[in-house]
Amino acid sequence: MAAADARAAAIDAFARRHRFRALEAVPWLLALAAYGVFPGYLPLGAQILATILFVLSADLVLGYAGIVTLGHAAFFGTGAYTAGLLAANGWGEPLSGLVAAALIAGLVGFLSGLIILRTTGLALLMQTLVVATTLYEAANKAGRWTGGDDGLSGMVVWPIFGVFRFDMFGRAAYTYSLAVLFLGWLLARQIVHSPFGRSLTGARENTARMHAIGAPVAQRRLIIYTISAGLAGVSGALIAQTTSFVGLTSLSLERSGNALIMLIIGGVGRLYGAFIGVPLFMIAQDRFSKADPVYWYFWLGLLMVAVVIFARGGVLGIFERLWKWPGK
Amino acid sequence: MRGSFSRLFAGTISAAMFAAVSLAQGQAQTTVKIGIINSYSGFVAQAADEMQKGMDLYVKLHEKDLPPDVKIEIIKRDDTSNPEVGKRLAQELITQNQVQVLTGVILSPVAAAVAPLTAEAKVPFVITNAAGVSIPRMSPYVVRTSFTLWQECFPIGKWAAEQGWKTAYTEVSDFIPGHDSEAAFIKGFTDSGGKILDSVRYPMQNPDFVPFVQRVKDAKPDVAFLWVPAQTQATAMMNAVRDLGLRDAGIHIVSAQDLLPDEELPRMGDTPLGLITAGNYSTAGDRPANKAFLAAWKAEYGDQSIPDFFSVGGWDGMAAIFDLTKATKGKFTGDEAMAFLSHWKNPDSPRGPIEIDPNTRDIVQNIYIREVKRVDGKLANVEIATIPLVKDPWKELNPPK
Amino acid sequence: MGGTLAAILSIGFHGLAFAMVLYLISVGLSVTMGLMGFVNLAHGVFAMLGGYVMTGLMNRYGVPFLAALALAAIATALVSIPLERLLYRRFYGGEELDQVLLTMGLIFMSVAGATYLWGPLTQHMEPPHWLAGQVDLGFRSFPAYRSFLILCGGLLVIALWLGLERTRFGAQIRAAVDNLRMAQSVGINTSRLFMLTFALGSGLAGLGGGLGADLLAITPSYALQYLVYFIIVVAVGGLGSIRGPFFAALFIGIADTAFKYWLPGLGAFFIYALTMVLLLWRPQGLFGRA
Repeated sequence: MAAADARAAAIDAFARRHRFRALEAVPWLLALAAYGVFPGYLPLGAQILATILFVLSADLVLGYAGIVTLGHAAFFGTGAYTAGLLAANGWGEPLSGLVAAALIAGLVGFLSGLIILRTTGLALLMQTLVVATTLYEAANKAGRWTGGDDGLSGMVVWPIFGVFRFDMFGRAAYTYSLAVLFLGWLLARQIVHSPFGRSLTGARENTARMHAIGAPVAQRRLIIYTISAGLAGVSGALIAQTTSFVGLTSLSLERSGNALIMLIIGGVGRLYGAFIGVPLFMIAQDRFSKADPVYWYFWLGLLMVAVVIFARGGVLGIFERLWKWPGK
Repeated sequence: MRGSFSRLFAGTISAAMFAAVSLAQGQAQTTVKIGIINSYSGFVAQAADEMQKGMDLYVKLHEKDLPPDVKIEIIKRDDTSNPEVGKRLAQELITQNQVQVLTGVILSPVAAAVAPLTAEAKVPFVITNAAGVSIPRMSPYVVRTSFTLWQECFPIGKWAAEQGWKTAYTEVSDFIPGHDSEAAFIKGFTDSGGKILDSVRYPMQNPDFVPFVQRVKDAKPDVAFLWVPAQTQATAMMNAVRDLGLRDAGIHIVSAQDLLPDEELPRMGDTPLGLITAGNYSTAGDRPANKAFLAAWKAEYGDQSIPDFFSVGGWDGMAAIFDLTKATKGKFTGDEAMAFLSHWKNPDSPRGPIEIDPNTRDIVQNIYIREVKRVDGKLANVEIATIPLVKDPWKELNPPK
Repeated sequence: MGGTLAAILSIGFHGLAFAMVLYLISVGLSVTMGLMGFVNLAHGVFAMLGGYVMTGLMNRYGVPFLAALALAAIATALVSIPLERLLYRRFYGGEELDQVLLTMGLIFMSVAGATYLWGPLTQHMEPPHWLAGQVDLGFRSFPAYRSFLILCGGLLVIALWLGLERTRFGAQIRAAVDNLRMAQSVGINTSRLFMLTFALGSGLAGLGGGLGADLLAITPSYALQYLVYFIIVVAVGGLGSIRGPFFAALFIGIADTAFKYWLPGLGAFFIYALTMVLLLWRPQGLFGRA
């Protein structure tokens, strides 16, 4: 009786988790409103949206599978170079560029994951870093194709659907990034609420027990790593197409590190951390660096320290403590 | 403490929310808006600082020379050494701040990302450093007041061969400026009959150059061409040269000015004595304009501060923009500005006469062969030979298709 | 053949000097990560601080080299104590991601702070005249300063080993690394122990930063620029040990130098490939506990 009740309650909770809540519409409404309110900031807005997708993909591996990565830029950069090389060599159709970027970045994620995911903790962190750094050096060595340190330029990106040209004011870039982010978010949401996603969380919390109930932990970690890599590749391709440029920084340690920082600021493993951490970090960076072009790093660092001290668990952590998130 | 944190927080968020602050209302007089994109933070901050000081000094000394009803307004932006940020800032400067001129830029990738945008927006872009050789071809609105590495390394290759040195070993940093220098030196050296023993490229951010310099020592060439980006890496390279006793082994060293930047020279001990480099500027240059420039610099930034070629690039970039402003009374379209800038000349720059080549929009300037000598107890890059008005050799060898 | 031998000797010698600097800076990081369970990415800030203090004292105030070096180590250790008391200790044994955010924030602040205090220029360290030039070891001569570096590094390694093995303080550290709760329950004041260990590790980093100013140039972005080297040494060496980082630094310093010498075109890849292989082979590091 009690067991059956508990079971029903669990199923109910599970289903409720999956259902869309009104609160989840807020970021999208804000993003749409921003288009009208801040027309001068659309280029920044587009970069924020693409970066949210990148950080969201990192949340899938870090927050849900417990893989601490300092090399997620490997996939971002792979996607960016894929889309960039296509557009620079005569195929500037953006949507197929995104798909190609997802596939190639996913492939790199799968192959590298095959090797490095056997380790955990600090060793795994170092392995992810090594993969990204190796790709960085390789992209620099392959200057004939990638343009090396000068960056890949000469990209010609065709209008979206043959109609919407990427304009200087960033209108098309913003809308395009928003639409792609929305699709990426739907996918991520679907994954984390699926039984597959739950089993990942289980493996993160207690690997031994998941093994004991017969869950193929290693295989699932590899699958989510591959999916996450593909999403990161899409975000890289977004930035490549909307800026018509790919540089070595797309593969840099700094980009991987910043993704981690933004995710922690927002809150890890909550699917919405990226939506808070990325705008907060990037807008703060933009404001600080304009107010104080030389010493803005100090203020950004102070902001980070303040978040750790006053908002452990990220900004979403505060909300959680305030309201006790429904369903928890 | 807590109060200031929360104020900072509140400040950030409200600044972000109400960011669309309208700009200052138009005044009766004409205001020329200049957007500077520079790498104030990050690993090239030192170069950025030198360049910015050159620009600021020019503005400070010459603001009074502007026509009485013309003002300039400068907006500074930090590209964080990241091309996509640089491009976005350029977009904002053009669409939001409505700058009439873009200038600055230390790093070639940032310049390469910004350049196509200037073609679309028809905004002149005065590059004061970024030396990537092909950048002016990316947009008809680019002019450059700095240099290209071909301009310096091609002549030094030729010069080395003329010294009777038969064999050379080249080592450069593995990124585009390094590749440019390598190719230019090899072309200059082999065209004049020299032979290259081997060419090595080391990683961009390399802490210790000993393993690479050891290779040169083993190969025993007549001359080694060693190129590193200026500043930190230059000093690290000189330390390796010193520690391995490369010069005692009878191997000559030549390079472009990046190996011996004027402000790093006092930090290198006596190792550089006698080294030969090619460059467009040395503080030891014996010209009245340079003496005046140095005096103004020391008065402004103190006796310890030393300008270098980054500073002069920034200084002359500002000079070009000021001349444009004066000639047009501050009212110009992008095309009018380019018509003026691509024929701009300055017979009396601290580095000697300079002019823009209207065909390539790149700079034409004297290249000096300099030898490190002791002057008044301090090391200095003393100009021993002048190759007058050098055009970028790469563009002559690779005409546009 | 004599030439090849000379080259090998030279590479080994310079690699060793590089390894000593890496070791001095990284050993404190390894101990804090192993002992306090704290991922201190900002460890390089202490090395940078040591470098600035030393070069500042020497260049601005003409303090002799050895005194400046000692003062750099002491000053760094002293600065680290309030930081440990006020900031770091709140996060011991806590969420690793919080530690990452905190210490990255500190790195960012250090970049701007150093630019503000010392300007963006690289700080130069002129070796004292008695360490300039070469020393003749009979069969060949070596650069004096790097020989001094190796000698210092070697002495410090021995001192650390003896200190850990022979002193009461060392025994307490070993006990706390092995089993923190047991150490506390037998009456070891772990709070004080942590503070002293942290200060010691930071002081060593300051010393390494100062001694190695010739090799790892002192610039405001120091802590970011060389971070990868430090964590590679710690990860490969294994956490919480003194031996681990020593052999890791030795291995990486010499192997990196040697590989760059033999195959310069692939020089940048090697250190990463080596790290990857070593960690696949021993995920806990060479001397880490499984």
